Amino acid sequence: MKLSRKWLNEFVDLPLSEVDDRTYAEAMSISGSKVEVTEDLSTKIVNVKVGRIASIEKHPNSDHMFVCMLDVGAEEPVQICTGAWNIHVGDLVPVALHNSMLPGGVKITKGKLRGIPSNGMLCSLKELDCTTHDFPYGEITAAAILGNYHPIDPAKPSISADIKAGDKIFGKVVAAEATAVENAGVNLWKITLAPQGELVTNCQNIHVGDLVAYDTAKNHICTLEDLHAKQEEFPNCIPDGILILHEDVKPGDDIGVMLGYDDHVVEFEITPNRPDCLCTIGLARETAVTFGKEFRQHTPVVKGIGGDINDYAKIIIEEPALCPRYTARMVKNVKIAPSPAWMCERIRNAGMRPINNIVDITNYVMMEYGQPMHAFDFSCVANGEIHVRRAAEGEAIQTLDGTERKLTTDMLCICDTDKPVCVAGVMGGANSEIVGDTAMVLFESANFNGPSVRRTATALGMRTDASGRYEKGLDPENTYAAVQRACELIEMLGAGEVVDGIIDVYPGKKPQTTIELDAAKINAFLGTDIEEDFMRKVLIDLGFTLEGNTIYVPSWRGDVEHYTDIAEEVARFFGYNNIPVAFSGGNTTGGGFNENQLCERAIGEALRSMGMDEIITYSFISPTYYDKIRMPKDSALRDSLKILNPLGEDTSIMRTTILPSMLEILTRNYNYRNKEAYLYEIGRIYLKREDGLADEPKIVSIGSYGPNVDFFALKGWVEALLNTFDIKNLRFRAEKNNASYHPGRCAKVYSGETCIGVLGQIHPEVAKNYGVDAEFYCAELSFETIFALKGGIPVYQPLPKFPATTRDIAVICDEALPVGDMVDTIMAAGGKYLKECKPFDIYKGVHIVTGKKSVAFSLVMRADDQTLTDEHAEETVKAVLDALQRKHNAVLR
Amino acid sequence: MKELMQKLRDASLEAISAAENIDGLEALRVKYLGKKGELTGILRQMGQLSAEERPAMGQLANALRSDIENAIEERKSALSEKLMELKLEAEAVDVTLPAKDVRIGHKHPMYNVLDQIKDIFIGMGFEIVDGPEVELADYNFTKLNIDEGHPSREWTDTFYFAEDSSILLRTQTSPMQIHAMETKPLPIRMIAPGRVYRKDEVDATHSPMFHQIEGMVIDKGITMADLKATLNKVVEKIYGEGTVTRFRPHHFPFTEPSCELDIRCHKCGGKGCPTCKGEGWIEVLGAGMVHPKVLSGCGIDPEEYSGWAFGMGLERLAMGEYKITDLRLIFENDVRFLEQF
Repeated sequence: MKLSRKWLNEFVDLPLSEVDDRTYAEAMSISGSKVEVTEDLSTKIVNVKVGRIASIEKHPNSDHMFVCMLDVGAEEPVQICTGAWNIHVGDLVPVALHNSMLPGGVKITKGKLRGIPSNGMLCSLKELDCTTHDFPYGEITAAAILGNYHPIDPAKPSISADIKAGDKIFGKVVAAEATAVENAGVNLWKITLAPQGELVTNCQNIHVGDLVAYDTAKNHICTLEDLHAKQEEFPNCIPDGILILHEDVKPGDDIGVMLGYDDHVVEFEITPNRPDCLCTIGLARETAVTFGKEFRQHTPVVKGIGGDINDYAKIIIEEPALCPRYTARMVKNVKIAPSPAWMCERIRNAGMRPINNIVDITNYVMMEYGQPMHAFDFSCVANGEIHVRRAAEGEAIQTLDGTERKLTTDMLCICDTDKPVCVAGVMGGANSEIVGDTAMVLFESANFNGPSVRRTATALGMRTDASGRYEKGLDPENTYAAVQRACELIEMLGAGEVVDGIIDVYPGKKPQTTIELDAAKINAFLGTDIEEDFMRKVLIDLGFTLEGNTIYVPSWRGDVEHYTDIAEEVARFFGYNNIPVAFSGGNTTGGGFNENQLCERAIGEALRSMGMDEIITYSFISPTYYDKIRMPKDSALRDSLKILNPLGEDTSIMRTTILPSMLEILTRNYNYRNKEAYLYEIGRIYLKREDGLADEPKIVSIGSYGPNVDFFALKGWVEALLNTFDIKNLRFRAEKNNASYHPGRCAKVYSGETCIGVLGQIHPEVAKNYGVDAEFYCAELSFETIFALKGGIPVYQPLPKFPATTRDIAVICDEALPVGDMVDTIMAAGGKYLKECKPFDIYKGVHIVTGKKSVAFSLVMRADDQTLTDEHAEETVKAVLDALQRKHNAVLR
Repeated sequence: MKELMQKLRDASLEAISAAENIDGLEALRVKYLGKKGELTGILRQMGQLSAEERPAMGQLANALRSDIENAIEERKSALSEKLMELKLEAEAVDVTLPAKDVRIGHKHPMYNVLDQIKDIFIGMGFEIVDGPEVELADYNFTKLNIDEGHPSREWTDTFYFAEDSSILLRTQTSPMQIHAMETKPLPIRMIAPGRVYRKDEVDATHSPMFHQIEGMVIDKGITMADLKATLNKVVEKIYGEGTVTRFRPHHFPFTEPSCELDIRCHKCGGKGCPTCKGEGWIEVLGAGMVHPKVLSGCGIDPEEYSGWAFGMGLERLAMGEYKITDLRLIFENDVRFLEQF
């Protein structure tokens, strides 16, 4: 929301000289109207002055440029070169002097153009960031100057190069020479042609001595269009050039001031609960209370010319739920014209563009009152009836932006008896657009249901200034004042005659909200000690009324319905920053991490101590990722929660496995040519539940690649991690059936019979699916299982007092026998003296039968109460060897 | 005899001081002091002396022995010192050579910041709660006083799993307020950090998944002054002592009054600069007094209990803390990025 400070001053005396932008922004922000940015418009156009052209000479070094001398109100004239052909001696033009600034931060300095000094630039409309809506007379028509003719085919010119005055061109069109050029009013020039005499034209580019094409039948100087000529044939006769001013200005006047840029604009971020602040009046009220100033309310006065609107128009609301109020007035004998400069200025400064008086009035009222207005060309409203109804099946409308829109039955429309003429609250229809010959206008000032407007605007893909306001829910009481203001402006601008009477259909009138004022309760809630008188004053200044302790909430404050809302109003103006900073104490709470959170922290610490970096990945993945990791087609994990409105396929389902997320990051790092990566994430997976929600267990995901990474490195990390939590009876079992992993390099890890997770090398086919030719190693461990299995507080074990004895044994067994199984057997058979068993050598080859292998173990034995005797050691080794033979048919080598 | 001893003294001390190694020194010991050594040789001649001369000569001889012994010991220790020096010299390394590789993992920068914040609140008696990301619209919106027509419920803004818009990916951590109020005994002091989801395309400042931290206190007699006191402390802990704050009215459907907390721009000290977009202030978090409608919706009597709540975005905090310029880096997980923190 952009607010012009000049406009604001109509309602509150707050001159810039008294309160600068920064002070204003700070005060408004802390009273609840957040200021985003302030802009001093006078910096937009700097040192651009009105100049009068004193002389024009041909540029000596150019066939299409001119050298002008200008009176810019200074002692010395200023010389400027220009390529524009539409200027004349005596014209008033905008002159960007040396060291000037144009909109968009364009800096102009002096220089030389083809060797001739040029001390600035003459400006076009565009260079001033204006359009013909700002200056309708700025539209430029170009005559075809015969001297500028360049035939498309030099061999076949349409006009001979030596043509002279009086020569026939075609039909009744002859060449004529301009012998005098004189201004004859706004955008009109009196041209004396030899020998034909005088005529008036709006072509701006004719100068004494020019040969032009003169239509003797029409007494008319021909444009390119009249000659059916292409632009390239007359390259310098263009409908563009310098803005020739017809304002009440003199040389030396400031163009910025002329455009109304002697203003400051404040841009607010208005919260959605305060649509009443999306206009000058709403912000003026807030400003007045913030600065303790008087708020000057304006009541529009309309004279009217008699008659009765009811004789012309009828309004029927068929959907009162979507249109609580529809207020309308009629204007006849409309004279469409440009708006006066003051109105254009305000419209421009508040961020819109002037169009014409009627359209500008609707925008002006919207920006002043916050009430969107619409103006219909009433001659286009069939049978003079307005029906507010939902669009019928298959109906369509061409909106003002020229787009054909298909309507659906949940869209509210303003219709005549036959067709929609407007999409309610969003945009008008082209079929009832205000055009140059519009004579009767119906002003609509209506209230529509916010969400309905928003959905319609979204569905049609056009959010407009009007819909943006409506969707926040506007005050239905505001429609009346707004339509009155529009009609007052019609009369003020002389833009038409206002017919007496107002049509006001108001099916949705709401009772006024009341709240009891309880100062003690408010103070207790805020932790303050604010006087009740202060509270009352704030409320009254904001437009609330009080009867005893009953607060009557004004209609525009739909957000206020509870005593806490009143507390906020009081607090805003008491100052949030004046509320004390104090702990009330309350009851003590213990706080702290719970066991689960501590465990998660400890897992992270353990993995980082092993060199793993933590990653964060998206919870959603692409359904194609299941194929990428070769998840079996019939896997239950393929049944993911599907986002019905995803951003794209890549983020369309909730992951049921964390593996693809890790593989994506490993792949990215690999593709970035990072030579190694050691990564972990403790992330959730999302498993569909009967009730439509999800179980969201956490998975400890580990992923790595690099020159020092192999299966046993990965196994080491997993083992070390699980040992950190004192998880008992760890065993690793080969896993050949997980299609994501290498069938010979994958294991499941168990504690006893409880599976904690899976680890291994990613299947080369999976790696290929990720476009990677490398060994990726990953582990997926269940956080919940680790948490459930983790040991308690460690209990001190006395340190050994007696020395240990070590014996190495080597046995021959089947090649396929897992060493882990043998270790289990050894530990089980070793009895109380065997403390440790470590396999240290595996040998196949010479001296060993094919299909067998030799495995060497180092056995550490110790007695807790004495130095171990040889007999005890021998007994233990024998028991171990017996068990190995019995269970695995393994014999001492 | 006296002369002999003097001669021996001179010769032996000179030889000892000239000895170049331990072995040579040992040979000298044998040569002078050994059983067949020179001193012994001299002492054997003692028999030729008179009884009166003997004690004095004996004394001289003992002194000589002890002096030679001392000289040998001294020389020995000097030699071994020199030996050690040589050894150390030979063992010297170039300390500027690279160290052996030690890998220490890195916490994700965002979780560094999150853990810092968790610790601050834990220190103030808060607990941490965790809840579902696949959530009921009821919890994400309705019970938070966000009505049916609210724009944030649109399918253009929120990810849905159910055609009737009843199940969604939570768009904020605020539903944790409801879960906490419904399940926890009063009083409550909690924070709830976690992932949230909104339908934003990925760019330098947006991501469809990001993180928030919710916080809430419910107790008897909790006022806006409590809110200010706690959040001021938290901000001071995050941004450093002496951080200037301001509380600015704002709007959230589930708090009333609502506010935003700004800190004075640390870069320009409030004058206005590109970091604070010329405002002199940087918005840090949103907060407010828990709306009585929300309390009573959770079965808590707003006449008896009151509370405050806040919410803040984690990504922006981490980006500010580490001067990270592009949000995408956070989810890209390039190890060259991760290992900077």
